[in-house]
Amino acid sequence: MPSVAVMEKRHELLSSVQMARFVAHGSLRLDAVVPAEMNAEGLAVLADGVSPVPYGTPVSEAYAADSFVRRLLELPRVAGALRSLVGQQPTVDHHFVHVRDPHGGDAQPLHGDAVIDVRPDAFDVQLMYYPQAVTLEMGGTLSVPGSHLRRINESDTGRYQNLRGQSRLVCPAGTVVFLHHGLWHAGRRNDSDTVRYMFKIRFNPTVRQQRLWDTSDLNDPQVTRELDVMFPWYEPATGRLERYNRVLLWRALTGDDSFDIDYWVTRVSNRPQEAAV
Amino acid sequence: MTSEPMSPAESSPAEFTPVARQQVLVLYLANSALDSHVVGWSLYDGTGRTSPTTGDSDEPPYESGVAALRDGWRLIQAAQLIPPYPGHEYDVSFLKHEFFFEQIVDMTAERP
Repeated sequence: MPSVAVMEKRHELLSSVQMARFVAHGSLRLDAVVPAEMNAEGLAVLADGVSPVPYGTPVSEAYAADSFVRRLLELPRVAGALRSLVGQQPTVDHHFVHVRDPHGGDAQPLHGDAVIDVRPDAFDVQLMYYPQAVTLEMGGTLSVPGSHLRRINESDTGRYQNLRGQSRLVCPAGTVVFLHHGLWHAGRRNDSDTVRYMFKIRFNPTVRQQRLWDTSDLNDPQVTRELDVMFPWYEPATGRLERYNRVLLWRALTGDDSFDIDYWVTRVSNRPQEAAV
Repeated sequence: MTSEPMSPAESSPAEFTPVARQQVLVLYLANSALDSHVVGWSLYDGTGRTSPTTGDSDEPPYESGVAALRDGWRLIQAAQLIPPYPGHEYDVSFLKHEFFFEQIVDMTAERP
């Protein structure tokens, strides 16, 4: 009889430093994590389309055990990242194959998916899989690092065309990116001669998102440095509030209500009740 | 028969009306001062000569709002300073320091 370790699919959990980076950036990028032979298969699968599944379907029911998508999700680094972010048994919110024709269509307005979502202690993630190498001309996804905690509704941000430090995705084939549900992003105009494919799956957690990753490096000073990062598009004053909000999210994810960076939260929470004698 | 040029009053209005089109530049600045540095930007071109769009550039057209003024853009709107709503002082949302500029382009020479 196989051991539990053998029965359980292999996965490589994220470290605390990687999780802190996700909390600050709102995304996690795994370059060329999918092998070449799978990417060739993936291109054909996406060109044929992937049938929709009902909202909230468990992964095991959404994708057959031998299907391409299931094998994609079971790649050790993909499985480990997913498990670190949303737990062991997430459900599939929905999935969609995005196709950008050569020299066709317009860029999407900058937006967050679904509707305004201000959950302080839970988040969905969106997996984006790129089966082919994406060049700048192909109009890879635009995203704005550190925008995921902003309270905006869908495409109300459409007026913003460019922000300093934005990310215009250029990546090797087989790249997978995980986005926090709130991250501002947009499909860019495809100015190349090549059809561009991207497969997106939104996952909902089914467990409390607390210490789901490898926490052995939780006290690494790099964790705080990752959480403290500023982005070039932040107004400096609002950037302080961004760090305040990241501290709150990190507290929720670790269960450590004493965590802080540079006293941002502690200072404005200090309301002594003890009378002076 | 003599042929004299028509006065403007006698000619058709369309012939002498300048064809003006508006170009709009939106700059998002680091703070409420017009000379603070640019953190975001958008362009809208009423001439139809260009089609600026989402994610088409990583470099801003100007380093500050004042730099745009010095290049001939006219400021037509600045974001108000609005205090945070009570209970939402730590929320983050839209960019706060938004400045609209315009240029008027004379396209009379391009009239078909």
